[in-house]
Amino acid sequence: MSHPLLAEQFISRRDRAAWHDRSLWFVREKRDRQANDVPEWEELRKFASDIKQHTMSRLPNYLEEFERNAKALGVHVHWAVDGDEHNGIVHSILERHGVKRLVKSKSMLTEECHLNPFLEDRGITVIDTDLGERIVQLRNEPPSHIVLPAIHIRKEEVGACFHEHLGTEQGASDPKYLTEAARHHLREQFLAADAGITGVNFAIAETGGFVVCTNEGNADLGVSLPKLHIACMGIEKLVPRSKDLGVFLRLLARSATGQPITTYTSHFHGPRDGCELHVVLVDNGRSQLLQSPEFRRSLNCIRCGACMNTCPVFRRTGGHSYESTVPGPIGSILAPFRDPDQHTSLPFACSLCGSCTDVCPVKIDLHHQLFAMRSRLDHQQKLGGTKKLTMQLASSVLRHTWFYRLAGRVARYSLRWLPRFLIYNPLNGWGRQRELPSAPEQSFRRMYEDRQRKERP
Amino acid sequence: MNSASSRNTILRELRAAVPESSPIPNLPVRGPWQTFDDPLGRFSELLTMVGGTCVRVRNIADANTVLQQVDAWNSAVVRCSLVSGVGDSTIDLNAVDDPHQLENVEFAVLPGQFGVAENGAIWVTDHGIPHRVLFFLSQHLSIVISSSQIVHNMHEAYARIEPQQHAFAGFISGPSKTADIEQSLVIGAHGARSITVLAVDEL
Repeated sequence: MSHPLLAEQFISRRDRAAWHDRSLWFVREKRDRQANDVPEWEELRKFASDIKQHTMSRLPNYLEEFERNAKALGVHVHWAVDGDEHNGIVHSILERHGVKRLVKSKSMLTEECHLNPFLEDRGITVIDTDLGERIVQLRNEPPSHIVLPAIHIRKEEVGACFHEHLGTEQGASDPKYLTEAARHHLREQFLAADAGITGVNFAIAETGGFVVCTNEGNADLGVSLPKLHIACMGIEKLVPRSKDLGVFLRLLARSATGQPITTYTSHFHGPRDGCELHVVLVDNGRSQLLQSPEFRRSLNCIRCGACMNTCPVFRRTGGHSYESTVPGPIGSILAPFRDPDQHTSLPFACSLCGSCTDVCPVKIDLHHQLFAMRSRLDHQQKLGGTKKLTMQLASSVLRHTWFYRLAGRVARYSLRWLPRFLIYNPLNGWGRQRELPSAPEQSFRRMYEDRQRKERP
Repeated sequence: MNSASSRNTILRELRAAVPESSPIPNLPVRGPWQTFDDPLGRFSELLTMVGGTCVRVRNIADANTVLQQVDAWNSAVVRCSLVSGVGDSTIDLNAVDDPHQLENVEFAVLPGQFGVAENGAIWVTDHGIPHRVLFFLSQHLSIVISSSQIVHNMHEAYARIEPQQHAFAGFISGPSKTADIEQSLVIGAHGARSITVLAVDEL
């Protein structure tokens, strides 16, 4: 289904859509307070952008350097061209260790590769351990936001879900009570797990290690008890030096949730004694993205979610309307780049207001890319007839002075004299939820000409 | 496809794709970075903001006295300390060979390396810690640092650490928390329910 159709379903529940909007704006405001607390914020963004740009220009070298250093620390390094190969590699490691129960902290990459269903089909129980991800997993739905997976769910619904699956009291909806129940449930899972999987926030070429950030401590619990730790990462997660983390860690949590830093920022360099540590490096379309001068900067993304929290379309239509692992502005570039047929509508779920570009901590020119993606889809012949026709019509109106003037005159006349049922007809999508403005007496051009005439002596 | 040929495929694709080289920015330790008149004061303020507690004490004996007044310490049946002179242990950590045996630890007193003023984080490492899970599995945590070891910001922090020296090391800022249910902040998600930082002058 396209974004407009799913969005229509979402906004049909008006109270809920308004609540969703407010929740995300609250996070955006927390982000502003934290960003304003750092006087050198704009310089940090520039440093982050420059470091990423440099890294991308030498990515193959840095990947080799990372691999060399990781191996020296006793880490097993694997390479996967696509999601299927990634899933196969993870499964073969788990099989070799006889793993039946697996705990996994948040990893958008494993969502992108659909790892959970792949492993479950092969008899492995996968428990997502981030609270938000556990909630959506129990409800059998995907996360609706990359940082706040359950942002679309009301506490009463969490209560009902936990009552069914964790045996909490019926009707209970106090977040404190529900979180405590999840704590007991998940600590049992950590203690019973045979292996832990984590994502990777940053990998460091010069050391061969990587960093995982959480607030709950779920990644650390998941990999500090069992003897096997598998970390799955997209190849764009590299930074050259550990000191580069000084820049990115100052930006990440402030941009994501408005915290000065995540509670746990863990650096992993090699396995624990007597244990195994594996890193799977995944391409899955990233090298294609790097080839595109127009869109390669979207590889700089550090998955903070700030563009989603600020986006007026995302806030009002919800993450599920995007039907993409990464939704929102950045997802509306990544998804149609990879699969233009399935995600054609996403770059149009945008008013080009540019707020995403303003908050992006690594200075991705998001709204320019969203605009460019629309032309790309047009050139690829992916746009439907209606969209193409309206664009062509708008284009000829704007290109011809006489046509523009005529259109203005017709619009002013119609708005003034036509009966409501003709103006608010089924073709007028804009008027479905809004009143059109009242027509001015005369056009701007006419007003300007009159004034010029009067002022001239 | 096996991993070796995938490796070559990925590297080949990337080599064909890389954009024109751009220089790596120099990141000076003393750059345009935020500093504070009273780093310990700011550290303590930020730690409180993220749900932790910071108490400054003169020496180890005073740190121990403060710990004895913490309710969670006093009510903890299973507890351990890896900071000599601060608290005691009811279990012998050297006799524990499987971290799962630490499931019932209610309170752990552990050493920290230094604090970061800008965000209230403490750098901890697995050095001298037989099981790193103590940082996460213990119900309550106290971390002992030197009150003079507070850096201003993350750039200064990275200038003094070598993360590759430790299988595990990291920044911990406050107790475990979540806001995944309707953005309501709840302290005590899966990890420590509380963190008391003891900043010792004479350490």
